[in-house]
Order: sequence, then structure tokens, then C-alpha cells
Amino acid sequence: MEVSVIEINEIINREAAGDGSLIAALEEIQERYRYLPPEALILASERLGVPLSQAYSVATFYNAFSLKPKGRHCLHVCMGTACHVRGSPQVLDRLESKLGIKAGETTRDHLFTLETVNCLGACALGPIVVTNEEYSGQMTTQKADRLIKNILRAEAAT
Amino acid sequence: MNRCQSIAEFTGWQTELKAAWDDTAPALRVCDGTGCRALGSQKVLAALREEIAKRKQDTHIEVVGTGCPGFCECGPLITVLPQRISYQKVKTSDVPEIVEQTLMQGTTVERLLYTDPQTGEHIRLEPDLPFYQKQKRLVLDLNGKIDPTRLEDYVALGGYSSLARVLGAFSPDQVIAEVRNSGLRGRGGAGFSTGTKWQLCRDNASKSGAGYVVCNADEGDPGAFMDRSVMEGNPHSVIEGMVIGAFAMGIHQGFVYIRAEYPLAVENLRIALRQAEAAGLLGRDILGTGFDFSLSVRLGAGAFVCGEETALMASIEGRIGEPHPRPPYPAEAGLWGKPTNINNVKTWAAVPLIISHGADWYSGIGTEKSKGTLIFSVVGKINNTGLVEVPMGVSLRQLIFDIGGGIPKGKAFKAAQIGGPSGGCLPAEHLDVPMDYESLASLGAIVGSGGLVVADEDTCMVDFARYFMNFTQEESCGKCVPCRIGTKAMLATLERICAGNGLPGDIEYLQELAEVVHNSALCGLGQTAPNPVLTTIRYFRDEYEAHIIEKKCPAKVCKGLITYSIIPQNCNGCMVCLRECTSNAITGAKQELHHINEELCTRCGVCREVCKFDAVAVN
Repeated sequence: MEVSVIEINEIINREAAGDGSLIAALEEIQERYRYLPPEALILASERLGVPLSQAYSVATFYNAFSLKPKGRHCLHVCMGTACHVRGSPQVLDRLESKLGIKAGETTRDHLFTLETVNCLGACALGPIVVTNEEYSGQMTTQKADRLIKNILRAEAAT
Repeated sequence: MNRCQSIAEFTGWQTELKAAWDDTAPALRVCDGTGCRALGSQKVLAALREEIAKRKQDTHIEVVGTGCPGFCECGPLITVLPQRISYQKVKTSDVPEIVEQTLMQGTTVERLLYTDPQTGEHIRLEPDLPFYQKQKRLVLDLNGKIDPTRLEDYVALGGYSSLARVLGAFSPDQVIAEVRNSGLRGRGGAGFSTGTKWQLCRDNASKSGAGYVVCNADEGDPGAFMDRSVMEGNPHSVIEGMVIGAFAMGIHQGFVYIRAEYPLAVENLRIALRQAEAAGLLGRDILGTGFDFSLSVRLGAGAFVCGEETALMASIEGRIGEPHPRPPYPAEAGLWGKPTNINNVKTWAAVPLIISHGADWYSGIGTEKSKGTLIFSVVGKINNTGLVEVPMGVSLRQLIFDIGGGIPKGKAFKAAQIGGPSGGCLPAEHLDVPMDYESLASLGAIVGSGGLVVADEDTCMVDFARYFMNFTQEESCGKCVPCRIGTKAMLATLERICAGNGLPGDIEYLQELAEVVHNSALCGLGQTAPNPVLTTIRYFRDEYEAHIIEKKCPAKVCKGLITYSIIPQNCNGCMVCLRECTSNAITGAKQELHHINEELCTRCGVCREVCKFDAVAVN
């Protein structure tokens, strides 16, 4: 996705006109681009009157922010306690070995980002993997394989 | 909806809505909470609306998407009114049948009813389900009854009448006295008297001329989701509680700090805030009484430590969520240095109930020192995963076996982890402990967030402790040394034990570290982080010893201590495990006995999962 300075500027201006919250502005930019481009931190720091060091500290402290671009498909493996006792570590292992990346990383072709999340609160469905905002419950290693296969198939079709 | 200019106008509007509320009309309520949505409830909702529209009935049948009624295990859930027939695990393909048989002909679709696992009988009506029968639903009462995006529903069932009453007939002192006399204690986990906390904040706010109220909805404990459910299913109850609290403390500005991981809760809360403002229940000159209170939303950005009140305030101020030492307490110097009162979602939501039913009614529920109800999310190795609200003092056994339906697949109960990463594990011998603040604390657990994770015989307690330590270590903000280094050292020790490299003396070392971290960490996160380790050592010391001395994981979980092998008499050489093994550790040919190479095996367990002939053993 192309980073548009104009768009980032608009988001920050909107926030600056309201509560002027740095975190809220960064959250919106993160949601738009799924990462924080360097321009975002610089502009946010200038417009909201906070030191760049503070913008950087906020961007690296909170899990919701990423300074690296994400892959086209984000796989979130829930590592909440309920999912853990029901076997989410095995599911994560399988996804890691199938994709050849560790949790938190993105595949070289920028197709997949694998991430863990600390409880989505849908514990009845555990273990859960969320792919592009769609929940898949009661995951097993085999279902994890199918998940990847389906995404690859859809990719090949486009 | 018009803005109510006065209390009388609001009361008139409420009377109209109450009169129009019809419980006897046919209607369908579909759970539209996150849990059921994940199971496909939105498709079911759409299909029901379409199916009903297709039939062009004379009588209008309303299909309402509600908040979560709590029985997540059996979602998507549908309740058919007026009878209150409960249909479970409904799929879109069931929809025509429900409409045809139940709505048109008045008969029941038997296969969608709950089946009692003991008697095998179908249970037709929602109130008769064992899951609900032993509960006392106060805070969760309206979840599942109202459409959370319609203020009118909440008002029709009595919502905002407590606020109207307070503004019309109570002095701030009277409100505080009522809350204090009710015995309500903070539901965020620490259990401090809410009335006392309000009084402190009121005194300080009146001195400094300003202050804030905050709702802590940064529910980060893995396995706890009741705050989300209340925010999603009944956001107005939280808003009403906060306005009443702000009035009592003489405060005019507030924040709801809510996790961004809960998008539906954020959405419903924002809708509710707009509606409350438009109706004159929030904002300037509330109900024409001259009282102003504005409330805004702040999204958490994924840091567990922000559930700690001083870190939460730093985050609201736009900084990183690092806690600071107390005192000063928020009630003295909180947000931007002003007196601030922070309460949990459930605490705020209980306030309107206390005002409408009275302090005596509330204090009549529960035990001597722990009043009212508690909400638990009962999850893990349990048949009826879900949200449960019970009076303080019910036993752990009742929660797990009577309401939770026991452990799946006939396995044995091993432990219940109560209170998340700050809490403790209780073994079977303490199943009869009453669930209240004091009793749980005496055993090393806490009420905490109300997360209750059940572990069965297949759960390794050392691995369980390692899991929690890994969580707190990752979430430690790093500001204070005991937490930053202490949790890391504890985790490293636990990892070593799980990997099979435990040494004699490790248990004592863990206990020593735990004491230091507990006594010297800056905030609640660090101080309570050792609890899962300490309680598992206290109640499952034999498992630690098995790992360290015998180099065995009794539950067969820890990868460093187990091996996979093929059982020759069961293996028929089908090649399935061989193909699925990503590390090429399995050799063999078609219809020949397979073999697992221990050196190459990563203990991922896939072979065991895919084998249809029980031919893979783990030792």
C-alpha cells in the first residue's frame, strides 16, 4: 500500500483539532496502513507538539503498533490461557514450520504475517486463529494446514 | 429520540416505553456478541430476517441481535419469545425450520435444544437450563434481553431511572453512603470498598476544584472476557453508573479506557455515548438539573500493564504505559495531577442496581465481607464454557460441576487457575472453597478479573506456570528491576525445568525469587506475577520434582521430557503420519511398520493427532 503523506497529515490534523491524543492518532494511522511509516511519527511529533523521542517510545511500547509493514494476510494465533490448555502452542508450531517464519515475522513474499494475541475472549472456540478478521475455532494442526492452503488457493485465483 | 429537558420529561418517556414493551409478542433474540459472531451468528441473524420477510406475515416478528447471554459453548444462541425456547448451535441451514415449525406452527425443533448430558433429555426453555439455574444474574441480567444499540430498550427495562432518582432526590453524600452501605467492593480484583474510594476522591476533588472519573475496561487477563461482554451487551449500564459516580464525587469529566482488541465493545460503547448525549442523559445540563458530565473513549493499544491504574492514566495522557509508585494514589493526584477515581466496568455497572434496589438489598447477597455477585468466565477444559454470574460465596465445585458441567471427555479435574496471571491455581482438595475475596486470598489465589481456567489431567502444571510467567515477563513494562529482571530469571528457570534441565534447588530458587519480586516490584503486575508459580509449587510440588529429579513430565506435555514412538501392533503402515511430519522424522513404507527418529522429531504431536489407529505413543 502506498503511503500518502497527505492522508497521514489529514488524520493527524483531525486528531490535533480534537483531543490531540498522540496514541489515538497513531492508532488511526496503524489501522490505515497496518504499520507506522516513519513519516507518521515525524508528522505526529511536529503537529501534536510532542518530542519525536516520545512518539517513538509510544510506537515501540504498545503491541498494537508496528514499524514494519505487514504481509497481505495476517494470521493471529490466540495464546490466551484457555487456548493454551486446548493446544494453541501446537497450532502455532505448525504455522511457524509451514510458513517458515516465527511469530511476529512476515514472509519474504509479504504474503503472510504471523502474530500471536493474548486472548480474544472467544474462549469457547479455543484454540482460535484469526485470519483477515475471520475467526476459525477449535483449531488443530490439520485445520491450520488447510487455512494456509485456502489462502494460497485464493491468491492463485486472483 | 428527543432530548429530555427535565427529570419529569424523562420519567414520562420511560413510562411510555415501559408500556410499549411487550414480552408476550413473538420475537427472536439472537446473541450478537463476539463469541457467537465468531461462530456465525451474524449469518444466522440475516437468514432469519430474510426468511421471515419472505413469508410476509400479518403479525410483525421482530428479530433482535442482543449482547452475550453467556452460554458461549452452545452458540450461536437463539431465544424464541414469548415462550423463551432456547435453540443452540444454530446454523443458517436450520433457519427455515425454526421459522416454519416454531414461529408458524408453534412446535419445537427438538434437535436444536440443549441435551442434558446426564439424563439425555432435551431442555426446552432457557430458564430451565442448568447453566442458568444456579446463577444470579444482576449485572449480566439485560445481556441477551436488549438490543445494546437501542437506548429505548434499556430505558424500557428501567435503565437510567437510578440516575433520574439520584439527580432528583439524592445529595452526593447520600449516594456515597448508599454505595458504601451496599458493601460493593472494586470488581477489578483488589476489592477495595467503592464507597470509601469515592469519598476520598470527592474530598480531594472538592479541594482542588477538578477531577476525573475513569472506567477501566482494559481487560487484559487471558481467559477473562466479562468486561467485554458487559460493554458489548449493556453499555448504558456502565455509562449510567459513571454519571451517578461523577455526580456523587462532584466531577465533570470522565474517560472509558477500553482495549482496542474488543472492536464490537468499542463500537457499541460509542453508539451508547452518542445516544445518551442526544437524550440529555450525558453532557451538559443532564436532565435539566444543571449537572454537567462529559465522557470520552480512549483506546488501549495492546499493553497488559495498562490495566494497572497508574499505567492506565499515563496512557490516557498519551505516554507509554509505565506505572508510578503509590502514594500518591489516583484519588489524590491522578490524571494530569488531579484527583481521579478509577473503577472497573462491573463496579460501575453495579451502581445503578444498588441505587434502584437499595443498599440493603445488595448487601443481603453474598457473604459477610464480600457482598453482591461475581462474574466468572469459566474456560479451558470445561464442558460449558461461558460467563457465569453467581452470588459471592458459592463454591468452586458448584461453579465447575453444577454450572460448568464438569470436565470434557470424562477426564479428571486437576486445577482451576483463578484471577489470571496475577492469580493462583487451586487443586481438587480445595474445590469446596467459597468464592469470595478473603477465602481465595487465604489459599494463594485472588478473585482478580474473574478469569477461571480449568485444567484437567492432561495439563502440566509446570508448563502452566511457565505459560503465565512467559506472559508477565513479556508484558512487564521494564521500568522496575525486580519485575524486569526477576520475571525473566523466574521464566528462565521454569523453561530450564520444562526442557529437562532442572536442577535440585530450582524450586527453592524460584520461591526465593518470587518473594523478592513480590515484595519489591513497583506495581501490581510485578507484585502478583509470582502467584501462579507459588501456588503450583504449593499444590503440585510433586510435578516439579518429577520434572527435576525423574526427568519426566507426568502430563506428557513438556517437549524436552517426552518422546514419540510407534506402537508396532497398531501401526498398519498407512503413511499418513509420515506425510504430515514436517521434520521428516518418520520413516517407513506403505504397509510397513513406521519408525520415528527421536533425533529429528520436534515433538509437535502431529503424528499422534492424524493417526486413526492410535499407533503413536507418547512417553
